Amino acid sequence: MIKVKNLHKSFGNNEVLKDITTDISKGEVVSIIGPSGSGKSTFLRCLNLLEKPTKGSVLVHNQNITDPKTNIMKIREQIGMVFQHFYLFPHMTVLENLTYAPLKVKGESKQVAQSKARDLLAKVGLTDKETAFPSSLSGGQKQRVAIARALAMEPELMLFDEPTSALDPEMVKEVLDVMKDLAKSGMTMAVVTHEMGFAKEVADRVLFLDHGMLIEEGNPEQFFDQPKTERAKGFLEKIL
Amino acid sequence: MNLDFGQIVPYIPFMLEGIWVTLKFVIFAIIFGFVLGTLLALCKISHVKVIGWLADAYTSVFRGTPLILQLMIIYYAVPELVGYDISPFLSSILAFGLNSSAYVSEIIRAGIQAVDKGQTEAAQALGVPYNQMMKDIILPQAMKNILPALMNEFITLTKESALVSTIGYLDLMRRATVVGADLYRNFEPLLFVGVIYYLLVMGLTIIGRLVERRLRYSD
Ligand SMILES: Nc1ncnc2c1ncn2[C@@H]1O[C@H](COP(=O)(O)OP(=O)(O)O)[C@@H](O)[C@H]1O
Ligand SMILES: [Mg+2]
Repeated sequence: MIKVKNLHKSFGNNEVLKDITTDISKGEVVSIIGPSGSGKSTFLRCLNLLEKPTKGSVLVHNQNITDPKTNIMKIREQIGMVFQHFYLFPHMTVLENLTYAPLKVKGESKQVAQSKARDLLAKVGLTDKETAFPSSLSGGQKQRVAIARALAMEPELMLFDEPTSALDPEMVKEVLDVMKDLAKSGMTMAVVTHEMGFAKEVADRVLFLDHGMLIEEGNPEQFFDQPKTERAKGFLEKIL
Repeated sequence: MNLDFGQIVPYIPFMLEGIWVTLKFVIFAIIFGFVLGTLLALCKISHVKVIGWLADAYTSVFRGTPLILQLMIIYYAVPELVGYDISPFLSSILAFGLNSSAYVSEIIRAGIQAVDKGQTEAAQALGVPYNQMMKDIILPQAMKNILPALMNEFITLTKESALVSTIGYLDLMRRATVVGADLYRNFEPLLFVGVIYYLLVMGLTIIGRLVERRLRYSD
């Protein structure tokens, strides 16, 4: 459902992504790993145009999103994103966080939006937090709300940018569990993560980025057990 | 010197009426200044350079010249030019509103820029259009942070409102001087309206605190 072709991204003279080509098909879970500063976030953000690619194309359902004629707002509706630092709307309750975009962007009725939001809150185990404000939640709870908020738009693809990196260790599992359930339900997912356990267990494919290049990609068993490149080997030795 | 407040008693209703006369234009000026200031702030953060530049120029001019001069120009000079005889009331609203908007726009611009960039990204990622994002997500958070600064601006405006007595608007200040001239005693009427101004400012301060408390949803 997503085709990335010869994607380049530069910030000024700093070329952050160099000629990346890959596909993500429907229902696939792709883990993006690599050292800090290798361009993982930038890659993810090019997929919903939070960053504008310098060269190359990103096709969502065969629609080139870098084409100025494409309605990027419509594309973004179909792509959910979860950030490292949650970015919940602090002046809205949990329920309002979930219903805001469905109401304002999709024009859903309040009744429909709220009942869907409640279903989602049940799924992420936060039914009792409906009227709470984000500031009263723990990090793990915030991230689960953020996931539910993205899901409330009924996206076809979910992007995760290090969703557990800002969490205390004891809260990582509750978020990963929600993501695992989501993967099982058939959601297409692109996940930047340092959780190698998650990548091994859940991902269908691993992309390894280094210095802005897609160095290696393959299924997790093969990548973790027999990395083909020296750079991947070096990286895995450092973190495992 | 001996103070004799007994003499101003007959004039008290006349002076108290000035409260409403002052408030009437102050409220309009605050609202006008706030709305225009918000629009100017949005212009300042616009990606269209010319718009931002114009808003900056506007601010620079209104902050860089005396308010009383702006008031005089609107009341005396503009009618000479366009032949429309503007009332003191309308001139006062215009001068104070235009002037205040320059300060308000700077406060709001800073407030908008202080909102975490992640809020914009989260809204964009959800497909929320720019205007809606500003209205529902960025501005409410900005307003909460800048409320004390805004209240300060409103208080300044309320106090400076006494300047309109110079164009013959019968506000609190003007009434005190009228009474003073009548009685040949200035101290008592000036002190009297001084207390009223102080109470007005205190009232505004309390309203500000209440609003702030109501908005204190996070941390
Ligand atoms: N908005 C930006 N402006 C300038 N440079 C940036 C910006 N975002 C990222 N970079 C640079 O791009 C490189 C890759 O960043 P990033 O994609 O965040 O890496 P990762 O997520 O793998 O740690 C880094 O060198 C970073 O400094
Ligand atoms: Mg990153």
